[in-house]
Amino acid sequence: MTAQTQTQTAKRKSALADILFRLIKEKPVGAVGGVIVVLLLFVGIFSNFIAPYGMNDVHLAHRLEAPSIQHLLGTDQLGRDTFSRIIYGARISTIIGVSATLLNIVIAIIIGTTSGFFGGKFDTIMQRFVDAWMSFPSLLILITVMSLVGTGLIQIILVLGISGGISSSRVVRSAVMGIRENIYILASKVIGVPTPMTLIQHIIPNIMAPIIIIFSTTIGSVILSEAALSFLGFGLPPDIASWGGMLSAEGRQYMEIAPRLALWPGICLTTVVWGMNIFGDALRDLLDPRMRGGVGRLGNLGAKKIQKFLIKRQVLKN
Amino acid sequence: MGSYIIRRVSLLIPTVILVTIIVFMTIRLIPGSIIDTMMGEMGTEALGAGFDRAALVHKLGLDVPIYEQYGKWVGSIIFHGSLGEPLRGQGETVNQKIFGRLPVTFELGIMALIVALLIALPIGIYSAIRQDTVGDWVARSISILFISIPSFWMGTMIMIYPAKWWGWSPAMQLIPFSVDPIGNLKMFIVPSLVLGMVISGTTMRMTRTMMLEVLRQDYIRTAWAKGLTERTVVLRHAIKNALIPVVTIIGMQIPILVGGSVIIEQIFVLPGLGRLMVESLSYRDYPIVSGINLFIAVVVMAANLFIDLVYAYLDPRIRYK
Repeated sequence: MTAQTQTQTAKRKSALADILFRLIKEKPVGAVGGVIVVLLLFVGIFSNFIAPYGMNDVHLAHRLEAPSIQHLLGTDQLGRDTFSRIIYGARISTIIGVSATLLNIVIAIIIGTTSGFFGGKFDTIMQRFVDAWMSFPSLLILITVMSLVGTGLIQIILVLGISGGISSSRVVRSAVMGIRENIYILASKVIGVPTPMTLIQHIIPNIMAPIIIIFSTTIGSVILSEAALSFLGFGLPPDIASWGGMLSAEGRQYMEIAPRLALWPGICLTTVVWGMNIFGDALRDLLDPRMRGGVGRLGNLGAKKIQKFLIKRQVLKN
Repeated sequence: MGSYIIRRVSLLIPTVILVTIIVFMTIRLIPGSIIDTMMGEMGTEALGAGFDRAALVHKLGLDVPIYEQYGKWVGSIIFHGSLGEPLRGQGETVNQKIFGRLPVTFELGIMALIVALLIALPIGIYSAIRQDTVGDWVARSISILFISIPSFWMGTMIMIYPAKWWGWSPAMQLIPFSVDPIGNLKMFIVPSLVLGMVISGTTMRMTRTMMLEVLRQDYIRTAWAKGLTERTVVLRHAIKNALIPVVTIIGMQIPILVGGSVIIEQIFVLPGLGRLMVESLSYRDYPIVSGINLFIAVVVMAANLFIDLVYAYLDPRIRYK
């Protein structure tokens, strides 16, 4: 590829590349968060190649060993390698985080778009239901439902996704109400486009920004909720390596002997959730100008610099 | 104001009905297999002799049509204020169990809220008036860090490390306030610091946003133009208006506070509602579970109603919307 075509490709603005570029340039901390997210995905996907031992390789002869070359972070009360379990924990967090958040968004879109688009009685009834649902502290309802459906991966994804989706539908609903009266929606109604078609072709593409924001802000809290549930013993069965489960009460007496058993899962959890929050925040600022703090991304520059910037971007004539 | 109260309360009635239906349905959806598990786990000695599957089904009230079950359940709540009888243990009703545990959770919640506000308000306000400075950046990083640290990990660390290093560990036996007020407060201070930290992150962020919103208003520019000092502009003009929405935020934090107290009570072995909930779930004592769920949901709704009314009282614009 010649230098010329390279610059041409760079100039061709794809929305994704533009956002990535702005992320690195304007929100360096957010970009760090993005790197953490990518790292989590990488470790989660390739955990069986990275982890030196299996998730449940029990070595009773090597119980509660201190960190060494063989066991980088030591072993737990059953002689399982902590480092490997942390790596597999990343996989569990990724699977639950991504799939529960996707389910969350599907539910939020179904409830939010119909409720916001149709309005009227349907909206009132739906919103009272959402009100009622949101009156329960999410952790209480989560542990109640989990104790009924039993612990397990599928159960926890369904429960976290559905319960979170009902709450997220509020954001989708208000985004839909914001664009419902736009001319292009009315036009599609006038030319007789069937309502489901309008919803799919015109409404949903236009609320993509809030949906991406919900995705990036929800995924961290989903991972935290799973960890909290597993910690309380209502999440995943103990043999599955989950960061929350590794902190749970069954290992408590061993944690007092070997505090590192509690240290590492918590550090991983905090780092990942911190990265996701920072990344989500940056993404929100980039996608939604109204939520931007301050006067926008030109805020700190002086008037002259702003002028220069706008000329460069060909908004103003020199 | 009167018409606003009527409007607000009338919106609440269908919500309360739906809440009772949700609580009722979750428990009624118990799969049949769970009842077998319950029989096995509870054993005959807990349930008394001659207690078979049919008797358990009867005690759970599952042997009559569903609308009749709902009617009976709601009826006894409305007419007798009774949430029913627990499956295990003699004598104490669900109400007595809940109200016996309530003071601990209440004290923990109030103290955590105070901690959260003490951290969040000053830092949030500082962060807004020094927007985009190093101080603001540090404050925002702290708030995001507070949101990201899981409270159960923080609690576990506090249980482990001080014990290892200094031989200090939190009291395991509840000291009643009436017996030893100082000891009681001492006992609650660490748990409420952990719980308060969790809530302070969000509150800090929201305080900052509200404050920034207010600082951009015309009357603030006027105050600056009049040549008032920063102190006067911030303390006399901006804070008053910025804090009104913060009242609402406190309302929004109540469910998080209750959810968080489940975890904190579990770690610090405090005999509160959250611990009762986890205990009851592990014994599968579902009448207590639905009792707590309904009670908490009603408390959350009442608190939100109260806060909305306070908000409307403080800010007339809300009333006339």
